[in-house]
Amino acid sequence: MSTTSKRLRTLVAAGAIGTTVALVLAGCGAKAGDETPGGSAAASSCVDTSGDTIKLGFLNSLTGGMAISEKTVSNVLHMAADEINASGGILKKKIKYVQEDGATDWPTFAEKTEKLLTQDCVGAIFGGWTSSSRKAVKPVVEKNNGLFFYPVQYEGLEASPNIYYTGATTNQQIIPAMDFLASKGVKNLFLAGSDYVFPRTANAIIKLYAAKLGIKIVGEEYVPLDKDDWTTQVAKIKAAKPDFIFNTINGSSNVGFIKAYYDAGLTAATTPIISVSIAEEEAPAMGHEVTGHYASWNYFQSLKTDTNQKFIDSWKAYPNSSGVTSDPMEAAYISLYLYKALVEAAGSFDVTAVNAAAKKNAITFAAPEGTVTLDGENHHISKPGHIGQINASKQFDIVWSSDAFIKPDPFLKGYDWFPANVRDQLVKAAG
Amino acid sequence: MTKLKPHLSLGGIGVFAVLLLAVAPSVLTDHWLSNLGKYCCWAIAAVGIGLAWGRGGMLVMGQGVFFALGAYSMAMHLTLETAGDGVPGFMVLYDPLAPLPAFWEPFRSTAFTLLAIVVLPVVAAGILGYALFKRRVKGAYFAILTQALAVALATLVSSTIRETGGDTGLSDFKYFFGYVLNDPANRTMVYLITAGLLVACLLVVWQLYRSRFGELLVATRDAEERVRFLGYDPANVKLVAFVGAALMASIGGAMFVPIVGIITPAEIGAAASILMIAGVAFGGRASLFGPALGAIAVGWGQSSLGSTWPEGWTYIIGLLFIVVILFLPKGLSSLPARFRAARRGPGEPLAAPAATRQLEGVTS
Repeated sequence: MSTTSKRLRTLVAAGAIGTTVALVLAGCGAKAGDETPGGSAAASSCVDTSGDTIKLGFLNSLTGGMAISEKTVSNVLHMAADEINASGGILKKKIKYVQEDGATDWPTFAEKTEKLLTQDCVGAIFGGWTSSSRKAVKPVVEKNNGLFFYPVQYEGLEASPNIYYTGATTNQQIIPAMDFLASKGVKNLFLAGSDYVFPRTANAIIKLYAAKLGIKIVGEEYVPLDKDDWTTQVAKIKAAKPDFIFNTINGSSNVGFIKAYYDAGLTAATTPIISVSIAEEEAPAMGHEVTGHYASWNYFQSLKTDTNQKFIDSWKAYPNSSGVTSDPMEAAYISLYLYKALVEAAGSFDVTAVNAAAKKNAITFAAPEGTVTLDGENHHISKPGHIGQINASKQFDIVWSSDAFIKPDPFLKGYDWFPANVRDQLVKAAG
Repeated sequence: MTKLKPHLSLGGIGVFAVLLLAVAPSVLTDHWLSNLGKYCCWAIAAVGIGLAWGRGGMLVMGQGVFFALGAYSMAMHLTLETAGDGVPGFMVLYDPLAPLPAFWEPFRSTAFTLLAIVVLPVVAAGILGYALFKRRVKGAYFAILTQALAVALATLVSSTIRETGGDTGLSDFKYFFGYVLNDPANRTMVYLITAGLLVACLLVVWQLYRSRFGELLVATRDAEERVRFLGYDPANVKLVAFVGAALMASIGGAMFVPIVGIITPAEIGAAASILMIAGVAFGGRASLFGPALGAIAVGWGQSSLGSTWPEGWTYIIGLLFIVVILFLPKGLSSLPARFRAARRGPGEPLAAPAATRQLEGVTS
């Protein structure tokens, strides 16, 4: 090896390092402490509103483990877009949607959100299902000052100026379910959930409220989302002899849970289950008789309203339709109409104008579940609470309903049993 | 391939550096630049796989483990930087009053974090490699073992939601060592650091491949027993390559976090580890540029084809993998040599008979 080549090598290496350092230093931007409040001033919108169309982004998992649930949300969004286009569009502009696949992979959700906002320049993004996907999308919409409409019930304790939540927060689904259990005289409750953010947080809240209601939590078990074997956990449930099981399991893991439940000899008559993720779509797919078990939702296909009948009829007539409607589908349907109402109240597609319109007006929409009202401060909507019991045709008979529409309270400010110091920490972490 | 003219390779690295560091930032949009940064992270890990598998014959199917060490070290530091003095928000959710887990505490320190990104993979790969290579574990047993480790680590992370964020992962980082991550200028800076690290890794392996160690590594891959008879300990040779690969995977993982803004167990598990291997095989595992270019190509395919044809993308990558393994075992980077050979006519042999022997590296 000659000395010339050695020298050359050193030169090249030094050159490369030097160039990098120089480029890096030249590229330095804001440091911690000197950012503008809100942190989104750097992002400027590239949404094109000059033509007679408005681009919107639809983002759901079309592949991977969540595809089976998320495809229905995606389809119902397409239906809502077709309906809105048929009736004149938003501010007289037709919706042109860009469909992206989140592939049940949370970093992919983040990447596609960025693509939709900065490459496709969409006015808003609709979709998501798991809380993990929402948590991946949140920093990206906040950074680019975009809008994200999230249509599934979740664990609450979140508020983002760039997200609108059209599914239930805990005080609209979990707390009504606990009130229902208390009214049934339940004394011992077992918690079974998937091991991720929603069940963990929901159960933390359930434990706090149960203490207040005098319900004893006799056990708590988790299994990862992608695992279906519940045999050992169900054995523990059987040994604990609870009056009721609170089920926060999500996705196909429910099938394994129900199988283990019946294999262990448990029945709806002695140890009923109340679920927050089993709806009309999932109930027939359990592979076992689930008649007699309960679910807590804000919408059931069996709700008798004219708007609901219209919604069911249009869905049944829609291509690729499964024929049944469910709460997340209805919330997705609401989300697009809510965006239309917001933009029309603001008279603009601009995110800041839309958020200001949300604060100024009481935006309402005559949804299949009833007329919902948007809370402009926390970006959630009011919802009725319902408990349904699964009947022989795998539909839900409504056995309990809240007195009125429940106002959204994501940080549980109106509930004195929720520790204030925890709330403060969470608000601080969220802000 | 070891006999490629060194100055040509060095020139190639120079061109690659100019493309990545000067051309890409000026022609690509912010979105595609950050995507390219993500592919660069996989490419850094891929360069290491090229070293261990392409040159060393060790099929490292669990590089996700080392990718995770770097990624989670970085993610813990950035999470704590965002949380300030408090406990990260996700921990408060699951157990409101518990303190920060003890193993998080040192990651508040910048120096400790940077050190951990380098030292953790070296120590982990050092212990693992020493135990395996001294006992002469190789071939399929080695591959399965590393793969199992990646599965085990991903499962462990998924099931410790309060300590690691579980399946949801760690995300929502606001700062990168004091710089605001939302600022486009800072994001370009993070990209440039990543691309610079990739170029540096290429320079390191370029030097390794033409050193005596590089010759010894290829010799160990092709005829381990003969190397032993010559008085060298093949275990030590393999250990160095394995530790080098682990270190590069860790660096790639560490940069993945500020660029992508989220790390989850899915990015470190079996599927992610295999996708890294696929990129390397696709590009050409024993060549200098093959692994990096292959990883960038696979990443690009995932972003663009995954958008236009979501259901089809996984089939495309699977099919490509099969085609490359069957018809182009040395990857796409061997295409030019093949064309040259074809032009010379079928009667003449390839440039060096030793080149064909490299194929056996898969099973050794």
